[in-house]
Amino acid sequence: MNAPEKKKLRVATCSLAGCFGCHMSLLDIDERILTLLEYVEFDRSPITDIKHCGKCDIGIIEGGLCNAENVHVLREFRENCSILIAMGACAVNGGLPAQRNSLSLPEILEEVYCSMANGIIPNDPELPLPLNKVHPIHEVVKVDYFIPGCPPSGDAIWKVLTDLLAGKQPELSHELLHYD
Amino acid sequence: MAKTFTIDGKVVPFEEGETIIQAARKAGVYIPHLCYHPEFKPHGSCKLCTVKVNGWQTASCTMRAGENMVVESNTDELNSERRTLTQMLFVEGNHFCPACERSGECKLQATAYDLGMMTPHFDHFFPNRAVDASHPDWMLDFNRCILCSLCVRASRDVDSKNVFALTERGIKTKLIVNSKSGKLGDTNFSVTDKAAQVCPVGVHIRKRRGFAVPIGERRYDKAPISDLSHEAAVEVK
Ligand code: SF4
Ligand code: SF4
Ligand code: FES
Repeated sequence: MNAPEKKKLRVATCSLAGCFGCHMSLLDIDERILTLLEYVEFDRSPITDIKHCGKCDIGIIEGGLCNAENVHVLREFRENCSILIAMGACAVNGGLPAQRNSLSLPEILEEVYCSMANGIIPNDPELPLPLNKVHPIHEVVKVDYFIPGCPPSGDAIWKVLTDLLAGKQPELSHELLHYD
Repeated sequence: MAKTFTIDGKVVPFEEGETIIQAARKAGVYIPHLCYHPEFKPHGSCKLCTVKVNGWQTASCTMRAGENMVVESNTDELNSERRTLTQMLFVEGNHFCPACERSGECKLQATAYDLGMMTPHFDHFFPNRAVDASHPDWMLDFNRCILCSLCVRASRDVDSKNVFALTERGIKTKLIVNSKSGKLGDTNFSVTDKAAQVCPVGVHIRKRRGFAVPIGERRYDKAPISDLSHEAAVEVK
């Protein structure tokens, strides 16, 4: 008799205030993604285009929080994922988008949109409102694990995921741990 | 017979008057530190070098070694407290490593790696600190200052120029430049000063020479800061 098929872990991923670089890095695990797919199936993710996060074992967040929609998505992930991982500098500490934090938001919007003739600040109700400051995700929800790096290497992401799949506390060696 | 004490069970000889960290370095034992530099009088402010001496916590850069002391350093308890200190240093300033010229050569970053800091953990202050680019050859990015006072000590004790000072107290402490305008360009600071060589982080930056060493070949890319080769090459002159 065949052994019952192992239940796959459900994984969701998304990019908030990030550049998708960390997702590109996730794809840098190359053909190991086939091994990964033996153990996990993807819920919401740029890979599947599912729009909302369902019940998941692992949620992986790229990017920090720069607008109200980011906060809603993050909360949806936290509610649905048993384990939440911050992937990359922006999720871990705000990263590049947070470099606007020393300037006032109105000043930035004026500079960007009104410095040219007839420029106006976009105000469509469809647009999510920007937050006053950009925040790393652990300042809003509980985060279980962090993978620093801008972006973290495919090897670092692979190490954390395989450690978790093996039921171990994820650890990055000197070669894999970096903040840049 | 030389006098000795132990660090994590290892017997370490010392000479009268030496601090624990000095004796440890000579014996090849790494104790994390940020404000300590072998060429300067200790400042004892960062507390990264905290060890337990006969069960009591103390800064190993200011505590003199004593016969038969039992010192603990590389323990989970002390390393976790050290990690918390590095996390506080990260959130108090603006440390955007991907855009920092000192990344890969920075002692704060390397120490945090060595302590396994995966997250800054605390809420970020995101302070607003202007950069001083008034000097033709030198830039000061105060966003990265950890107030170790090494440039202050170097400028005062070696260069005899007193270009830098720490002012105010507690969480308000900050580094200032001693000139009427408060600008570096209005001092007699020179790139050949000792003060230009001691910053453990990325405040003191030589203009027009950023990112000279490729990623992978920078000092702490190759070996962690706890590797004794750095101790020999970088600091003990
Ligand atoms: S000073 Fe060090 S820790 Fe701070 S941003 Fe630069 S490399 Fe990172
Ligand atoms: S500028 Fe650098 S050397 Fe000077 S106090 Fe700040 S961290 Fe220390
Ligand atoms: S190195 Fe001893 S207190 Fe900073």
